[in-house]
Amino acid sequence: MAVRPDLVTRSVPVAVRPRLLHGVLEREGAFSWIMLAPGVLFLLAFVAYPLFYGVWLSLQDRPVAKPGTFVGLGNFITLAHDAVFWQVTRNTFVYTIVTTVLKLLGGLAMALVINQHFRGRSLVRAFLLLPFIVPTILSTVAWMWIFDPTFSVINWLLVHTGAVSSGFSWLGNKTLAMVAIIIVNTWRGIPFYAITLLAGLQTISPELYEAAAIDGASVRQRFLHVTLPIIKPILIIVTMFSVVFTFSDFQIVYALTHGGPANATQVFVTYAFDLGMSGGQLGMGAAAALAMLPALAVMIVALTLYLRRQS
Amino acid sequence: MIEGRGWISRILRIYLPVAVCLVVMLFPFYWMLIASIKPNRELYNAKIMPLVVYQPTLKHYHDLFADTNFLTWTYNTMLVAVITTAASLILGAMIAYPLARMNFPGAAVVAIGIAATYLVPQPLLFIPMADIINKLELGNTLSAVMLTYPTLLIPFCAWLLMGYFKSVPRELEEAARIDGASRFQAMWRVVLPLTTPGLLSAGIFAFTLAQNEFLYALIFLAKSEVRTVPVGVITELIRGDVFYWGQLMAAALLGAIPVAVIYSFFVDYYVAGLTAGSVKS
Repeated sequence: MAVRPDLVTRSVPVAVRPRLLHGVLEREGAFSWIMLAPGVLFLLAFVAYPLFYGVWLSLQDRPVAKPGTFVGLGNFITLAHDAVFWQVTRNTFVYTIVTTVLKLLGGLAMALVINQHFRGRSLVRAFLLLPFIVPTILSTVAWMWIFDPTFSVINWLLVHTGAVSSGFSWLGNKTLAMVAIIIVNTWRGIPFYAITLLAGLQTISPELYEAAAIDGASVRQRFLHVTLPIIKPILIIVTMFSVVFTFSDFQIVYALTHGGPANATQVFVTYAFDLGMSGGQLGMGAAAALAMLPALAVMIVALTLYLRRQS
Repeated sequence: MIEGRGWISRILRIYLPVAVCLVVMLFPFYWMLIASIKPNRELYNAKIMPLVVYQPTLKHYHDLFADTNFLTWTYNTMLVAVITTAASLILGAMIAYPLARMNFPGAAVVAIGIAATYLVPQPLLFIPMADIINKLELGNTLSAVMLTYPTLLIPFCAWLLMGYFKSVPRELEEAARIDGASRFQAMWRVVLPLTTPGLLSAGIFAFTLAQNEFLYALIFLAKSEVRTVPVGVITELIRGDVFYWGQLMAAALLGAIPVAVIYSFFVDYYVAGLTAGSVKS
């Protein structure tokens, strides 16, 4: 076995130190870990540690700025006996499932519309993505005005077209408040689905459609047997992301309804925020936030299994 | 989908649906704009037709600048977004590069860890994070958000860049190595220049994410001078039951403009960033 040059040079340290460092950096493992270290350490300190600290907090009775006392699963037991918690669970599921279905259908329809050839298509695409780009809170402010009890433009349209005799109190009615947050979430999310699905549609080569058309496939058959199978993987991934982020949504609900009226639109995160931040009970808040972890995991796994079985 | 070549079918198949999409998606922005230039007597008059402005005024914009710290909020938002985007891009690239191009013990664990970090929703972390920031005595400082935003941005940047780094052929790097380039030089001079589009995509995307962040800013920034635009708008233009609608709309519109302008310059990179993850895997 030949003598490794870096071992030889070790005996004359002064002149060769740069070469030694150089030698270390040339080794794949050392180079990799030196590159990884800052980012990984940061994420360990500010994601992994808070996550475990959150679990620890959830096991304590812990008011803000006071020492906590260990209560075991006490916070979770309190939540399980609280009717509001179950309402929050139901609200979050309704909000997530309804918006996901609407975004999926709306996004697919929009993608099919923009996938046609027409002048100004890239400009249209750029404009249609705007709801997804603009900071959520700022566009939700516009929606707050759209849903204003007295000056709602939707009410104005409904009354003036003769559809109803007097306007609705959009954010004051339990059902309509849920409808309102669903509308805003759907409006903001559709472009995300549409643009990602469009990218998938554009990978389909025109020859495939031509071949299908020659074989006598109808438009509907071409969609079901050519388009859908090809964009399916994208469809699944986009939906999974969207479900995770809708389930843990905060901004739209916080700005539009604050969870009201009477908790009718309260979702996990606004509930955890109310308990932990506004109420100052860090332990209860952490427990309420953690309560969505199993549901989140189950939903992702269930969705994947369901879509796999379909294929 | 209606088949046909005539102009009527073209209108029904293309232009009508496109118009409907545009109206639905852009109406709230139009509504924001006209509400911001309506005088109060038009804003709060349910009897007149609300879709147009009769006597436009810039009063709400004037009041916004005169009565609130809107300019400070804009400065804070920009400062935080630029710094956190730059830091996250650098740290994200440093994570993505070895994971995409090196074989080393522990690579699989780190890769899974990064994917998991990307999927851990921020709401699981905000309560413990509030306590940690309190203990570090960083409440009401921009450092609080500068430290926490990268927790959202780094995993995203790393995840996106891994795809781009993988796409550079190994042969190019090996050729450079044979010519005597060190690993660092091969990365800096060969791989990074070839993945500039990826770096731009990740950067633009991270920047809009940083502009959009609300939860951490709401919790950590309770003083007006340190607030970001979304928090300032929600907490100071709505006082109790009083909504300053004209100013709210002016602030929302002005707050959205920087993001929209930067987005308009880099639309293609943004779309590439949005779709890279879902299309490539």
